[in-house]
Amino acid sequence: MSLTLLNAALVMAQVLLALAMTCAMLRLMHGPRAQDRVLALDTLYVDAMLLMLTFGMREASTVYFEAALVIGMLGFVSTAALAKFLMRGEVIE
Amino acid sequence: MSHAAMLPPAVAVLVALLVVLGAVLALIGSVGLLRLKTFYARVHPPTMGTTLGLGLTLIASMILFSVLESRLVLHEIVIAVFMVVTTPVTFMLLVRAALHRDGVEDKDPAVRRK
Repeated sequence: MSLTLLNAALVMAQVLLALAMTCAMLRLMHGPRAQDRVLALDTLYVDAMLLMLTFGMREASTVYFEAALVIGMLGFVSTAALAKFLMRGEVIE
Repeated sequence: MSHAAMLPPAVAVLVALLVVLGAVLALIGSVGLLRLKTFYARVHPPTMGTTLGLGLTLIASMILFSVLESRLVLHEIVIAVFMVVTTPVTFMLLVRAALHRDGVEDKDPAVRRK
């Protein structure tokens, strides 16, 4: 009984996170300026990270945890690099 | 969900509540990103997902894995610390870049922009 409850909650959370990713994707597609798109990309990877964590809880495996960690690190580096690019026009001077 | 059959009902209810609440907060943040009008207003809502949404999901994950493996599993704290440190840094960089771009184009940052 507790198993079906937990599984239903995890599926519901995944649907909600997919909706959140859709919202971020819409903002990414028609954000009027470049900084809006970078912000939408940041939101998109955070939502993807949460989705990975819920997948890991459904499968009861820690592989997804490491995937979430990698997504977080690459997302931080990419957002910082894109912000630097918007500021200066180039990433490495 | 391999050996989750012996999960106590109280733990299952707690984990389910935390996971759904975290996902709802992330959804609220993304809807805010879609609906608000200016860039400077849109910077705020995604932080809902990166603080409370991520925090609640990580707490739920810690509780679930601790109960399933009947030992203390705390490696999710790594993600929590990492996000707490990096999110303000990235958003500061991004907003400073946006202010710089608005300054170059001689636009008032407070102007309502579609």
